[in-house]
Amino acid sequence: MISYSQLLQLVMPEVIIAITALIVLAADLLLLRNHPTRLRFSVAAGLASIGCTGAILRLLLSSEQTNVLDGMLLTNPIVHFVQVALLVFTIITLLLSVDSTFTEHIGEFVLLILLATTGMLFLVGSQNILIIFISLELLSLSLYILTAFDKRSPQSSEAALKYFLFGGMSTAFLLFGFSLLYGLSNSTNLSQIAATIHAPFLPPLLIIAIGTTIIGFGFKVSAFPFHFWAPDVYQSAPIPAVAFISSASKVASFFIFFQVMTVGMAGSEGSAAWRHFAGGWVSGLAVIAALSMLFGNLVAIVQSSMRRLLAYSAIAHAGYMLLAIVSHTQWSLAALLYYVVTYGLATLGTIAVVGVVEKQTDSDHLSCFEGLSRRAPTLSLCLFIFLLSLSGIPPLAGFFGKFFLFSSTLAATHESDGLLWLIVIAIATSAVSLYYYLQVLKRVYVANPPSEADDIRVPVLTQAVVVLLAGTVVLLGCAPHLLLQWILEAIHIAGL
Amino acid sequence: MLAWTIYISFFGALTLLLLPKGSTAVARILALLTATAGFEIALTAFLQHRTGELQTITRVPWIPSLGIEYHLAADGISLCLILLTGIIAITGILFSWNIVTRTKEFFSFYLLLIGSVYGVFLSYDLFLLFVFYEIVIIPKYFLIAIWGSTRREYGAMKLALYSFIGSAMVLIGVIAAYVEAGAKTMSVNDLAGFPFPLHFQMWAFPLVFVGFAILAGLWPFHTWAPTGHVAAPTAASMLLAGVVMKLGAYGCLRVAMTLFPLGLGPWGFHVLGLASWRDVFSLLAVIGIVYGAMVALVQKDFKFVIGYSSVSHMGFILLGLMTLNQIGISGAVIQMFSHGILAGLLFAIVGRMVYDRTHTRELTALGPMNLNKVIPFSAATFVLAGMASMGLPGFSGFVAELMILIGAWHAFPILAVCVGVGIVIGVVYIWRAMQKAFFAEPDDASTQSSLFPISFPERLGALILIGTSIAIGLYPQILLKVITPALNSPMFEGLRKGGW
Repeated sequence: MISYSQLLQLVMPEVIIAITALIVLAADLLLLRNHPTRLRFSVAAGLASIGCTGAILRLLLSSEQTNVLDGMLLTNPIVHFVQVALLVFTIITLLLSVDSTFTEHIGEFVLLILLATTGMLFLVGSQNILIIFISLELLSLSLYILTAFDKRSPQSSEAALKYFLFGGMSTAFLLFGFSLLYGLSNSTNLSQIAATIHAPFLPPLLIIAIGTTIIGFGFKVSAFPFHFWAPDVYQSAPIPAVAFISSASKVASFFIFFQVMTVGMAGSEGSAAWRHFAGGWVSGLAVIAALSMLFGNLVAIVQSSMRRLLAYSAIAHAGYMLLAIVSHTQWSLAALLYYVVTYGLATLGTIAVVGVVEKQTDSDHLSCFEGLSRRAPTLSLCLFIFLLSLSGIPPLAGFFGKFFLFSSTLAATHESDGLLWLIVIAIATSAVSLYYYLQVLKRVYVANPPSEADDIRVPVLTQAVVVLLAGTVVLLGCAPHLLLQWILEAIHIAGL
Repeated sequence: MLAWTIYISFFGALTLLLLPKGSTAVARILALLTATAGFEIALTAFLQHRTGELQTITRVPWIPSLGIEYHLAADGISLCLILLTGIIAITGILFSWNIVTRTKEFFSFYLLLIGSVYGVFLSYDLFLLFVFYEIVIIPKYFLIAIWGSTRREYGAMKLALYSFIGSAMVLIGVIAAYVEAGAKTMSVNDLAGFPFPLHFQMWAFPLVFVGFAILAGLWPFHTWAPTGHVAAPTAASMLLAGVVMKLGAYGCLRVAMTLFPLGLGPWGFHVLGLASWRDVFSLLAVIGIVYGAMVALVQKDFKFVIGYSSVSHMGFILLGLMTLNQIGISGAVIQMFSHGILAGLLFAIVGRMVYDRTHTRELTALGPMNLNKVIPFSAATFVLAGMASMGLPGFSGFVAELMILIGAWHAFPILAVCVGVGIVIGVVYIWRAMQKAFFAEPDDASTQSSLFPISFPERLGALILIGTSIAIGLYPQILLKVITPALNSPMFEGLRKGGW
């Protein structure tokens, strides 16, 4: 039996974040209502960051491994790692939002970010489909509201509505899938589900359950063809919301997607190996991965808005990351985590830069980036690093992520050329991605700035965060083992 | 010590970025000093290293969990190419002395490129080699896109995408080999000794070979080369033809052929008379030689003549590699060196000495300008460089081509005859360009007397390059004494068993 005090101990990080959220809201509403926006944002973000740092410390200091109530609540090193990553991304998002001016409701904004974080912390620390579903909803609802937070912009509400409608539909699919799984197995625990549904051939109900689960998660990670919301949300949501959606929520969604598929549906994989195609979730995901890579990269080429370009490239990156789920090994989990974390860093940085440029020029059109290298040299250099990392050029973190992902995928099947077809698509589309990333950098470095353009004013805090992010991307590219060693050891100890 | 060539170049690139705005002269001198330091180190290492055998410079774990090491080493082949890089680096800076727009950025990208090229030639861990190989793409893109001329953005993007696709093919092959060998090591030496199964080598070899050969200008994947050369500023063309294309050829030899020697063997069946990948690639190389020469023959733009001649000469290197005999492969390595020097010189003459002064590259427009009288130094240099490029005895090109032809004669007598045709056309197009650009009937000499004279840095650069070519031409043993032992090392055992 487990006591309430023990339970409280186990969920301490989540509790810290929830309490911080309330403190932030109270402080903003009661004490700071009439102060200038910048100050209110600084205090709110500062308090929230302190809370997150506290939660991180708590996670780093506790080394216990527990599994409470059949996987309802899990604590082990790899869950801790993911939670730390989520909190770090939350802090960065908060710091980037300090200079925003899109809202008067600062307390509520920060509160929602923290609530979403709480949802994510619960999400990654559970192997029970009920908890997974509830935390996913807490996360999603917060994200819908965050998207709509810029009340002055009709596009923001429109994007949020679209996000909400598609999100609601995908939630319905996911819930349907989960209820079928429960019906088939009479359990809400992932490993028990897997043990019950294990069968030499897949019954129709299970196929539907797998299909609808994939649809639900496919939406969360914005994989093709469930990506409709992404370009609109990326284009119209406030910058901090975009930053949060594209980094932290990606990490959480991918991790839990991996868990649900590999733990909950072990035994019904099928195969995606060349000439050995067999029905199952692996073959389904392999096709989705391939289509995401192709679609995302090809459509990104024709974008003229930086935010939409990032949205389509996010679809493509979702395709790359799905490779890790397709190959579902220990090694590929490590590759996935490395990839999604470094991708999050580079994307956060890029979005921050876009935010700065957009604030000055009132547009995120690619032409606004012309001659940026002479208007804001440091910012441009950082953008250079982020975009090249996203396209996988060494020695930046993104290259190593791709290398690790591809090698783990190739190593996953017995015949070394089994999944080679996916790797070929992935690498070919990487070349395409280099094209459009270079198109942006061409504007930044090659084109001349418009004659009437002034220097770009970069807020000090944003600049510091962006430089820090760029430094981390370079560091993790030159010394990938700093992060990799941590992940590999955590996976090893957790016995996954 | 040799590792410092990389570090100094990168450090130089970084320092240049930090210079205050407008410090053009300082940037130039700093870049020249950095390149000279790199060259000094390369030369010292070359002179001290008498045997040409593999010597490890540094070997430390980099990503221990994956068995990837930071492993720098050099054998005779690396040494030759390192020396070439040093020479091209210095002369390239001498020939871009006149760059005034965004000078420090220019030299920063330039040194970044040079540092990565050194890195490729010194890496003996495939992962590390690949990292340096990919870094090359980025500065190359910006050098052309920012400081280039004709259709620079198109040329730069085409070049970047071709390089990236090539390196992507290499990456697939490298990862496959790494996984196949048990994912424990990326060392070229260890993997060269690993017995990859025949069916694996049969697809991995062409994949990796073509991946590298794209950058070496293998026909029909060469189309980036003339466009890129023409779009690039003088120094970038020199680097591109001088060393970057050599990266491709080097990769073919060091990675594709060393790791997968069985992939060169017969398939067991015939397709249109071709029985192995070796046959296919040697045929493509010969087509490249003849095709490049024929296209160069009809060009109206002076730089395109040199661009296509590069494709033709790179064909010799690939043919030399495919002969699989010692004399052919040694010839290929000497040709890498020789072509690096000569193509660098030719591009310098066309881009810097002629185009920067006359602002045209049209052969018909250059003719009436009487360049022979107005800037006689450029005419004289072009005559020498042209003769070397044709393969006249006494120059490095002669030694290289002769060795490759002897090798080819043993391996593919019929193809060797076809190569002869290419050589003849080579003489014709150089002759034609020389005549049209420098020795045509003068129209009205008085209008052209305003061309500013050839500057000291240009003279110095040209003399260094010509001098090197003559030195190798008169005494090829300078290079051969390090190349031969390198080819006899255990690393190439698979290749030796395979054929020579």
